[in-house]
Amino acid sequence: MYVAVKGGERAIDNAHALLAEKRRGDTSVAELSVAQIREQLSFAVNRVMAEGSLFDPDLSALAIKQAQGDLIEAIFLIRAYRTTLPRFGSSRPIETGQMACTRRVSATFKDAPGGQVLGPTFDYTHRLLDFKLMADGEVPEAETAPPRTEPTPHIMDFLNTEGLIEEEEARDDTPPDLTRAPLELPADRPLRLQSLTRGDEGFILGMAYSTQRGYARNHAFVGELRIGTVPVELEIPELGFAIEIGEIEVSECETVNQFKGSKTEPPQFTRGYGLIFGQSERKAISMALVDRALRWKELGEDDVGAPAQNEEFVLYHADNIQATGFLEHIKLPHYVDFQAELELVRKMRVEAQTGLQEAAE
Amino acid sequence: MNDTARENDRKTWMSLLAKAPSDRLAALWSEAGYAPEHSFLRAPEQGAVMVQGRTGATGAPFNLGEMTVTRCAAKLADGTVGHGYVQGRDKAKAVTAALIDALMQTDQASEVQAAILTPLACEAQCAAEVKAAKAAATKVEFFTLVRGED
Repeated sequence: MYVAVKGGERAIDNAHALLAEKRRGDTSVAELSVAQIREQLSFAVNRVMAEGSLFDPDLSALAIKQAQGDLIEAIFLIRAYRTTLPRFGSSRPIETGQMACTRRVSATFKDAPGGQVLGPTFDYTHRLLDFKLMADGEVPEAETAPPRTEPTPHIMDFLNTEGLIEEEEARDDTPPDLTRAPLELPADRPLRLQSLTRGDEGFILGMAYSTQRGYARNHAFVGELRIGTVPVELEIPELGFAIEIGEIEVSECETVNQFKGSKTEPPQFTRGYGLIFGQSERKAISMALVDRALRWKELGEDDVGAPAQNEEFVLYHADNIQATGFLEHIKLPHYVDFQAELELVRKMRVEAQTGLQEAAE
Repeated sequence: MNDTARENDRKTWMSLLAKAPSDRLAALWSEAGYAPEHSFLRAPEQGAVMVQGRTGATGAPFNLGEMTVTRCAAKLADGTVGHGYVQGRDKAKAVTAALIDALMQTDQASEVQAAILTPLACEAQCAAEVKAAKAAATKVEFFTLVRGED
């Protein structure tokens, strides 16, 4: 039986007004501008762009303001907005080898051409609260040094020339798109990478950490981590050639993984790959580790039954908007469902009681 | 000038306009004082482009996520057509980019180049250099302590 219930409208309107008041907070404190969020909370902005699957720092900052800093709610807003945009096309694959790097480190080669460029990193900070930030916002100008003029080569290229690492086969087929067709299994690597790059940072981090702790351990080294900007090229149909339609910041992580060899592959290093919108190296490294764990089948490795090897488990639970949508819906009215359960439990109790009495007699 | 060179030049200025900061482009455009009569072949329109990456940087393409893009096509009174494809959601910027693209195909090209494109290109290069120089200052200079055992 379906019972239509009315009467919540005024309560809902008032709840929204209360939410808006809470968003603004104490009015004697200056209001945050979207530009302030964009410029000063860049890691939050980056996370919302990556998991919202839309590179637009202004919109991301607006979503964070509207969601009062609830990043999953902000991602939800971006995902909803994204669906209203007509798609003009797909870019050419970005060339991360041409990246203007602001950060580039390798855990495997100390003296790689291009060097170890730390960039704006939290590494080596002491993780002590800086009370100066409560007082003034004055910062000294960052130092400069003569920059490298040529592009920084990928570290994997060096291992490649020796044949010590699996070859990454250049292809140009159209990749599957899980925003246009439902995610179906088995998923090929491009589909898995799309799912991972927009997956929840905490979930991907947890999955990656599980591989390090021994659940499908794959001995990852960070061959290279680079962060910087790359141009995005789009073929313009009315012109017949490609132009750069913009420039985006991305984080890229390539892992080098120990590999004993298998029935089909010789002993060599294998690869895991992470690529994320914005400066987001925790997610990029996590993505690379999970990517590598999910590749067990194509590398002829054993399925040891680890969660990170299970693509159904990983890919179907990585999306925080799907997850939160299903999770949070259970707080909404289920009055009729519950009424039925109530009736059922009462009936079962009566039956159980009668059964006991009959047995006793 | 042959077709390839012309195409390369056009690609260069369109790319520059796509990436230019909205406020700078608007300021240079209004300073230059152009107001060419035009009609729209395609009214300014906001949309998205799916950005692709490659597995392992060089392998098969995969979908990384979308970016916002605004486009516009304008026709000048003499029939010259200009296209604007710009990053973000600024419709005015897309219109300006389309009009500049059109003007660059007319005999006003060198004027427009000097008033708008050259300053934009200089500023973009300057900003990129400052960024690169700040990153370069964080490069690690390793030194090895000689242990003197041999």
